[in-house]
Amino acid sequence: MFRYRDSEVAKKIVEKLKGIDLKIRIMHVCGTHQDTIVRFGLDSLFKQSGIEVRQGPGCPVCVTTTREYEEAITMAKKGNVLATFGDAVRVPGRASSLLDLRAEGCDVRIVYSIEDAVNLAKKTGKNVIFLAVGFETTAPSTAVTLLRDPPENFTVLNCHRYVPPVLHALLEMGDLAIQGLLEPGHVSTIIGLRPYQMLSEKYHIPQVIAGFEPLDVLMGIYMLAQQIKKGEAKVENEYRRSVKPEGNVKALAVLEKVFEPVDLAWRGFPVVKASGMKLKNKFQNYDARKRFEDQLKELENMDFPEPKGCRCNEILRGLVNPQDCQLFARACTPSHPLGPCMVSIEGACQIEYKYGGGPR
Amino acid sequence: MCLAVPAKVKEIKGDIAKVDFGDGVTRDVNISLVDVAEGEYVIVHAGFAIQVLDKEEAEKTLKLWEELLSTAETSPSGKY
Ligand code: SF4
Repeated sequence: MFRYRDSEVAKKIVEKLKGIDLKIRIMHVCGTHQDTIVRFGLDSLFKQSGIEVRQGPGCPVCVTTTREYEEAITMAKKGNVLATFGDAVRVPGRASSLLDLRAEGCDVRIVYSIEDAVNLAKKTGKNVIFLAVGFETTAPSTAVTLLRDPPENFTVLNCHRYVPPVLHALLEMGDLAIQGLLEPGHVSTIIGLRPYQMLSEKYHIPQVIAGFEPLDVLMGIYMLAQQIKKGEAKVENEYRRSVKPEGNVKALAVLEKVFEPVDLAWRGFPVVKASGMKLKNKFQNYDARKRFEDQLKELENMDFPEPKGCRCNEILRGLVNPQDCQLFARACTPSHPLGPCMVSIEGACQIEYKYGGGPR
Repeated sequence: MCLAVPAKVKEIKGDIAKVDFGDGVTRDVNISLVDVAEGEYVIVHAGFAIQVLDKEEAEKTLKLWEELLSTAETSPSGKY
């Protein structure tokens, strides 16, 4: 409906980027940005202009930890109906994925939205557990659903996370030098500009919120390059057709009603302060971890090592690229994924496999 | 899973709208997180509309790009 793929404009932006002549590294935290960048070959255009763009922890299915998937797997094994999004069922746990369990007769369902899971609970009368993965973009749908008194046999295995705290953690850890952040358009559609302003103040880092058409991304990177060149550290909004400065106020209000921040581990990160969305006490009845506490006892003292040889941990911090993994496109492919970054359509490894080159 | 795509709102019934993703296929989505009217475009994620696309801003962005590109080395930030 809009002309956001105009190649004339794209060419001009690339020319201008080359003219700026910087050696910089920029991070984004969104699988959809990565998809646009690799699919349209923008990564090589950026490289020619001296700009390296890395994906950070911007794939919700990837940053969800093995422990969380193991909780879902355990509950599915104990006879509950486990419902979740398509990508999440394929992430390997310690021994198997949720999808593998189906072959063993467990009831694992792929749903398009949380409402499908609620309907399943209404229809079957069975215990339906919804594995709720996702950032601020997804969490409002969980919140709205819980505010509408779903049936008692419906519960949520809640793995929702806030994005800004992990950005703080990334910049705080500082193990990768980055000069700018391209912020995710749809998370920002919900949260608005304010959370980023604090980051810019504290770390003096330029930030641009961008949409997902190739021109949006090109423009976002160009705006970052301009800021870096001028030594500025502002929060700019390229995606104004969707992102309002205040965000989506309705969605923020329901989030606030249902969730509160809690310290939480992310894959690839130690515990990140106030980055988890905890269900408030009022909603404990819908908390699968509370309701089925007994079923999860066996996981209490367990360790959850990452798949052997898999470098998702480092990929999620932007430290390495998929090709740096020995297993990439060899032992690990989308039809036989060893780590979450190859499972998810937002994972760096799957995106590289789909549009990029083969193994190094 | 985090994909979010624009769709046109065809018909509204309470919290549910029939939307068209541009491929002629209509789907029901929940619109309780937005204030939207029939004929407008929304961004849909996991069965929920998360925002109404602002047509005016969309056009402004296009114009801004064109302007920006016709002038040498002006920062877009001045206009944002
Ligand atoms: S290629 Fe596979 S094994 Fe290697 S980091 Fe990616 S997901 Fe992990």
